Amino acid sequence: MSVELPQLSAKDFASDQEIRWCPRCGDYSILAQMKKVLPTLGIPKEKFVFVSGIGCSSRFPYYMDTYGVHGIHGRAPAIATGVKLAKPDMQIWVITGDGDALSIGGNHFLHCIRRNLDVKVILFNNQIYGLTKGQYSPTSPVGARTKSTPYGSVDRPINPLCVAIGAEATFAARAVDVDIKHLTMVLERAAHHKGTAFVEVYQDCNVFNSGAFNYASKKEEKDDNVVYLEHGKPLIFGKNRSRGIRINEMSRPEIVELGGDIREDDLLFHDEKAPEPSLAFLLARMRYPEFPEPLGVFRDVQRPTYDEGVIAQVDAAVAKQGTGDLDSLYNDGDTWEVH
Amino acid sequence: MATIETQAPEGLNGKKVEQLETVVVRFCGDSGDGMQLAGTQFTNASAVFGNDVSTLPDFPAEIRAPAGSLAGVSGFQLCFSAHDIYTPGDTVDTLVAMNPAALKTNLSDLKRGGTLILNEDAFDRSNLSKAGYATNPLEDNSSLAGYRVHKVPMTRLTRDAVEGLGLSQREADRCRNFFALGLVYWLYERDSKPTVQWVKDKFGKNPAVAEANIRALNGGYNYGFSTESFTVHYQVPPAKLAPGKYRKITGNEALAYGLATVAKLSGTRVIYSGYPITPASDILHELSKLKHFGVVTFQAEDEIAAMSATVGAAYGGNLAVTASSGPGICLKGEAMGLGMITELPMIIVDVQRGGPSTGLPTKTEQSDLLLAMFGRNGESPLPILAAATPSDCFDLIQEAMRIAVDFMCPVIFLSDGYIANGAEPWRIPKLSDLKPVVVKHPTERNSPDEFLPYKRDERYVRPWALIGTKGLEHRVGGLEKADVTGNVEYSPTNHQHMTDIRFLKIAGIADYIPEQTVEGPESGDLVVVSWGGTYGSVRTAVRQAQSEGKSVAHCHLRYMNPFPRNLGDILKSYDKVLVPELNRGQLRFLLRNEFLVDAKGLNKIQGKPFLISEVAEAIRKFLENGSL
Repeated sequence: MSVELPQLSAKDFASDQEIRWCPRCGDYSILAQMKKVLPTLGIPKEKFVFVSGIGCSSRFPYYMDTYGVHGIHGRAPAIATGVKLAKPDMQIWVITGDGDALSIGGNHFLHCIRRNLDVKVILFNNQIYGLTKGQYSPTSPVGARTKSTPYGSVDRPINPLCVAIGAEATFAARAVDVDIKHLTMVLERAAHHKGTAFVEVYQDCNVFNSGAFNYASKKEEKDDNVVYLEHGKPLIFGKNRSRGIRINEMSRPEIVELGGDIREDDLLFHDEKAPEPSLAFLLARMRYPEFPEPLGVFRDVQRPTYDEGVIAQVDAAVAKQGTGDLDSLYNDGDTWEVH
Repeated sequence: MATIETQAPEGLNGKKVEQLETVVVRFCGDSGDGMQLAGTQFTNASAVFGNDVSTLPDFPAEIRAPAGSLAGVSGFQLCFSAHDIYTPGDTVDTLVAMNPAALKTNLSDLKRGGTLILNEDAFDRSNLSKAGYATNPLEDNSSLAGYRVHKVPMTRLTRDAVEGLGLSQREADRCRNFFALGLVYWLYERDSKPTVQWVKDKFGKNPAVAEANIRALNGGYNYGFSTESFTVHYQVPPAKLAPGKYRKITGNEALAYGLATVAKLSGTRVIYSGYPITPASDILHELSKLKHFGVVTFQAEDEIAAMSATVGAAYGGNLAVTASSGPGICLKGEAMGLGMITELPMIIVDVQRGGPSTGLPTKTEQSDLLLAMFGRNGESPLPILAAATPSDCFDLIQEAMRIAVDFMCPVIFLSDGYIANGAEPWRIPKLSDLKPVVVKHPTERNSPDEFLPYKRDERYVRPWALIGTKGLEHRVGGLEKADVTGNVEYSPTNHQHMTDIRFLKIAGIADYIPEQTVEGPESGDLVVVSWGGTYGSVRTAVRQAQSEGKSVAHCHLRYMNPFPRNLGDILKSYDKVLVPELNRGQLRFLLRNEFLVDAKGLNKIQGKPFLISEVAEAIRKFLENGSL
């Protein structure tokens, strides 16, 4: 039986609410790409739920004409867990930020990923607290001068991908807000993944942390500062694609110039399907300016999802014991009659 | 221990048999001595025999405090009776103490002339010193004077009983609780068959251990039968309870069964999200076995996640429940507020324990009523129900879900450690008498152009649209919203309007709950107002006062917010109002605030339930002196 799906467009996913992000905020681009991707998935509009926490990014669900929950700070993955267990046939997108997911909500972020709950988690990383107007965040670099760190931050930042891969995320990726084509591809890949699909998006907060990711987004700079990951391909980057990443004898990545006695075959080949997360972790630890930062899909493996497991246990219990009989439940064990 | 037949007939083995109305037995020993098990088995045997029973398990928060120490003493008290009873009893008729520490911490509760059964093998120098005894109380003439003391070498006799089964000494000694149990079975003519069956089921894979426990049980029984130490034993005839089929049930079991009933009869899944915490964890344990009734359990990473998942599951159209105790409820507060402002149906169970902070994890208290009332930021009223007894949890949790769904709001359900772990006979309901929770979701838009998620009915209740329904896409969230559309809206008048509407909706529940009743005269000198697990002590104390001809009524609340409509009138019908509570006066605070009545409090914060005598004494003093 073929079901005819309505042809949806980006416009169908736009809610009637006025968008209240600052002009030129990186969030606009992510919203636009999301609205482009969803109609391509062949899923009816009423089957999407957007769940968010608190922060600028977390206003996202209000701007999508789907089901949605604007939750409380840090708890979006936990709320999404409840939604998914209640309605496993929904496609759920968790929209979060660096403060929401990694500071106040660190615990839920971790547990959602290690359980492999079937949700997409899109983390808008702008390395700053925007909604509360400019305090440093858990991803701000050491030395960041912000409203709450006038002498510079002394906190070592957390690396979102390292955390996700450390929790053995089955899908982990990174994209940049203004790199539209690439962002669209990554969101599509996440949409098709079964299990927790984690995507870090470098997002420019042009008010409180403008240009933090210029090295990865500016046309004239990025070729030397990022390396695009492609499954089964060597890591090559640079304006002329003349440089690559090789694993040295210390098992550490190093930048090498191609040509001479170094050929492409000597380079590190990306394997997003590697069962061990070690390669993905190594890639996640390659940071600018020491290395070009990898963009794209770091890891994409299959593992049973949490929600499948939970529902399977319910189904198995019914298959084995039948749908519960209340009378026999009440009468289980020792009973006695009073006449 | 009221003796109803003083002329004792000759019993078996020529021993006297006395008939008794009501008996209180307490087993106490080290936390590793299996006292909870012995108590549970005795309760079961008594319930199956047809007595009314009421239990009070009392154990330390530490799983195994140092052996022999005072801190490690674990006790299980039960009252069994030939008539209906409501408490586990004030004072103990028969105390079984397995070591000096247990004797020291429990002797003061044994009534003068009561029976004291001691494991004399445990009264060695080391154990005596750990319990702080300078001399052996078994050997001086004063310490145990006034009690009927039975010094039984239980360790040795148990080892003898299990000899030849190839058990280590440690394994053999683990059977001592069954020896003690067997002895008390003989003393009160209990049938050991249910226990023997239980042992066979429990240790089916380890026949030697099963056999050892049965031998120990029989050894204890025969010891009572044959030795001269015991010259008399007792019968407590079955109670005349309402006709029907009964079983024993604890509060946490009853609550879990109530939720399975909700799932099954409504045809809608119950999702229970919880994080382990004493004394609520057993609800999670029970429900995780009941998946085939349509129950999903989620052991969350923390209390906040459990509450957040509950909000998510409610948005997802399931019947969502979480449970915790005070510390966990504190953590849930913000997410409860989200449930409140999004107006989604769910239940938050608080099995109260001694606080503040970690407090007394295994002891009971009623000190979270004001937390339930006011423990969220902003104006955030929620309905609150409080169970009165273990079996009441079964009915009231279903009522809580009915209110949650009918009024689209989180409902707080208050239980406590005493109700949760305490057991009583439960008259098994007929399925046809149970009222299903009716779940309704709209299938079409409620306005021509769009779905309006906050368009309300005459009771201010909004629709519960099931996600996945075409055309009803809508967003909910924690920001203030415009009425009808649910769109984010910050205007001053809208906030006032929404705050008022949310309050009125909850207040209006008073029109749908039953009116409050009292036991006793409709007006008079005194009304005693109680709530929660103090029901039994207060009811019994008030009945005593009534039987003495005093003008006293008992008003026990199960609906704490909103109060029943007629409660104010009831309070004004009596000269005096007494509110006994296991806190510093939280219900009294609410009653004084709501009804301007000069209620007085009887307040106990010791981690223990009221004794009947404490309430009876307060009633007497209050009536005689006009003050407490």
